[in-house]
Amino acid sequence: MASATKKRGVGSVIWDYMTTVDHKKIAILYLIAGGFFFALGGIEAMLIRIQLAVPNNDFLSAGLFNEVITMHGTTMIFLAAMPLLFAFMNATVPLQIGARDVAFPFLNSLGVWLFIFGGIFLNLSWFMGGAPDAGWTSYASLSINSPGHGIDFYALGLQIAGAGTLISGINFVTTIISMRAPGMTYMRMPLMTWTTLVASVLIVFAFPPLTIGIFLLTFDRMFGSSFFLVETGGNTIIWEHLFWIFGHPEVYILILPAFGIFSEIFATFARKRLFGYSAMVFATVLIGFFGFMVWAHHMFTVGLGPTANAIFAVATMAIAVPTGIKIFNWIFTIWGGSIEFTTPMLYALAFIPSFVMGGVTGIMQAAAPADYQYHDSYFIVAHFHYVIVGGVVFGLLAGLHYYWPLMFGTMLSEKLGKISFVLFVAGFHVTFLIQHFLGLWGMPRRVFTYLDGQGYNTSNMISTVGALMMAVAVIILLINIIITVAKNQKVGRDPWGDGRTLEWSLPIPVPYYNFAQTPLIRGLDAYWIEKKENDGKMMPAESLDDFHMPNNSIIPFVISLGLFVAAFGALHFASGKEWAIDAVSDLPQHPWALWVLILGLAIVFISMGVRSWKDDLGYYVTKEEVLKDLEEQERGAK
Amino acid sequence: MANMEYNVPSERWPAHPETATLEGKNKFIGFWTFLAGETALFASLFATYLALKDSVPSDDHLLAADLFHLELAFVMTMFLLTSSLTSVYAVYHMRNNNFSKMQLWLGITVLLGLGFLALEIYEFIEYTHLGHTFRSSAFGSAFYFLIGTHGFHVCIGLVWITLLILRNAKRGLSVYTAAKVNTAALYWHFIDVVWVFIFTIVYLLGVM
Repeated sequence: MASATKKRGVGSVIWDYMTTVDHKKIAILYLIAGGFFFALGGIEAMLIRIQLAVPNNDFLSAGLFNEVITMHGTTMIFLAAMPLLFAFMNATVPLQIGARDVAFPFLNSLGVWLFIFGGIFLNLSWFMGGAPDAGWTSYASLSINSPGHGIDFYALGLQIAGAGTLISGINFVTTIISMRAPGMTYMRMPLMTWTTLVASVLIVFAFPPLTIGIFLLTFDRMFGSSFFLVETGGNTIIWEHLFWIFGHPEVYILILPAFGIFSEIFATFARKRLFGYSAMVFATVLIGFFGFMVWAHHMFTVGLGPTANAIFAVATMAIAVPTGIKIFNWIFTIWGGSIEFTTPMLYALAFIPSFVMGGVTGIMQAAAPADYQYHDSYFIVAHFHYVIVGGVVFGLLAGLHYYWPLMFGTMLSEKLGKISFVLFVAGFHVTFLIQHFLGLWGMPRRVFTYLDGQGYNTSNMISTVGALMMAVAVIILLINIIITVAKNQKVGRDPWGDGRTLEWSLPIPVPYYNFAQTPLIRGLDAYWIEKKENDGKMMPAESLDDFHMPNNSIIPFVISLGLFVAAFGALHFASGKEWAIDAVSDLPQHPWALWVLILGLAIVFISMGVRSWKDDLGYYVTKEEVLKDLEEQERGAK
Repeated sequence: MANMEYNVPSERWPAHPETATLEGKNKFIGFWTFLAGETALFASLFATYLALKDSVPSDDHLLAADLFHLELAFVMTMFLLTSSLTSVYAVYHMRNNNFSKMQLWLGITVLLGLGFLALEIYEFIEYTHLGHTFRSSAFGSAFYFLIGTHGFHVCIGLVWITLLILRNAKRGLSVYTAAKVNTAALYWHFIDVVWVFIFTIVYLLGVM
């Protein structure tokens, strides 16, 4: 537990990360794993665009194309965007509220390992008989009939990863309610913390319906139930409802933390207090609330009837109001500010028009009668990429550059950062702007090819060129990261020079206990206040004394491994059984499947029992150790 | 944890030992948040059940009105409601620093829970003999999945509380163990509340 500067072997570093409960290290785990899956999803995107570049292309077969689009969507949403946001939430939120760790460090570790094992399981489908091919929404009418185990990989992988997300959501809710430093009232919390809180509440209410939906699907495919089998009384629309009751809040779970990152960046680099802070907070809460009222706008063409469609259409349009409040507040924050055009700020500035375009097409689709025209066309593809790439991915890239020094103690190159920014943003608009028109001209989504002479050729080629530009931008970003890591030029406290919130008041690298003394918060932008009105040091809220920290544990890793093992048993359980659905009944039987399932679950429950049985009391960091660290920081500063 | 002291004299025993430490307080808030998620989980299950109720492939399948007996459901309800009351007694004695009484009432809670579970298993076996199974119809799937998920929660709760009784037997009461007992009791109440909804929506509406 000594200072991080000590040289250690690779094995001990790996063991440290496997057992760590430190939110800063868990953030790095999320970043690495999420970054890996982002690259994977990006490669899948490139495959899609290559296939669609020219008419009648046979680069991918129709079946493989279905697998690639399914895995692209699933990977990007569940295994890239969410974990990368969790990376920044973990890296910043405890520091922003003045806590020494999250409320449940053990569960934090469990969350990240469940996500990693779930993601690996899902992607193993490529090597074990084929990936899921029913789209990321996996509508039951398709997925029940999908032969082989692809859909089972989808269901079990997402079940494991989803459990991790739910656990992390609960953890952040509790952390933000319970672990705030003295003086950190709700209305002094930075926007990143606020959006994390609201997104976490959404996770708590949105993921259980997904859990149930996936269980119904798994049980139909695995145990022979008939939730979605129409011939025995089932109803496939139930899946659509459960999926979208989760799926719509999910997009707010993604966008809200991105809004939080942008809010921090605008205030920092405009060197102004965030305009309309309380309006921003209420808009965030309102978006979270409305997020649960609009799921059926994904189902306008299902035939729910004009009354249901009208209600959901109006509710959907209402979301534009709080979102508009946010957009205007960001613009007013920049207005009259002393703006510094750093890479994160550039992404934030590019986000505003891009996201507004995505929002406007969203309102167009909210008009239910018009949606009958847009539905299942490339217009939809263009819309959700404008909000998810133009909103979430821009937010992630902005956050990566902005929080990199806080997480790793070095600065990414601004020059390379700006080059990749220009390429990425230009590539993004080239790729997706044209897809609006493709959709309006009648090109359906999820088709693996199109005929020549329908007027789609040029537009599709343009879209592919744009995707290539984004790929180059990401490669430049990777080069930037490699160079920065290799150079390893350390930066100190407040590396941007204009940090406003508490996390920038800490020395870099941040000590494993974060705060030697819990700080006293005197207002919004706590660090900025101390810089302007005081000597730039946070006032302590407690005298220097011993304090309590949690123990590391390997149990989260073992529990996640247990579920991973159990999933293989579940996967093959129904293979070749006479009661099974047609999709798996003619596969070879695996008599070991039940035993693997039992073994995996036994690992899980025994680990949980051990965790409950043993006292885990943590340990104390002594005053002397903290004093020694403080002296070292003093010397380092000179 | 600051005060990992067992068998604290009663004058120093806090009025709310379960939330006397930051860890205890976190557990309390975190568990309520978890229960919020569980509510959404069971809401999804109830919605699925109501959508698929009496949805069977052909006329010779039994429907809810043919299957359910309110007598059995009533006895089960009594078992579970009483067990919720006994878990309150356990928490009451925990707050009064009375370890042995707390253990006793936790034990009684487990016994009542086991009684409930036995009746549920009996009920399932009976329905299976009548041809109402998990695989026989969408109605069967939805019924067993809703009641089964609740029953699974009961099982987890029973294992959990038993484990707590055993692990604390040699340790006694501290603010650390008090938080554990309180969390398990919260869970047990939640299971009970869900059953009240099951009784109403599945059984009462079923026989009407």
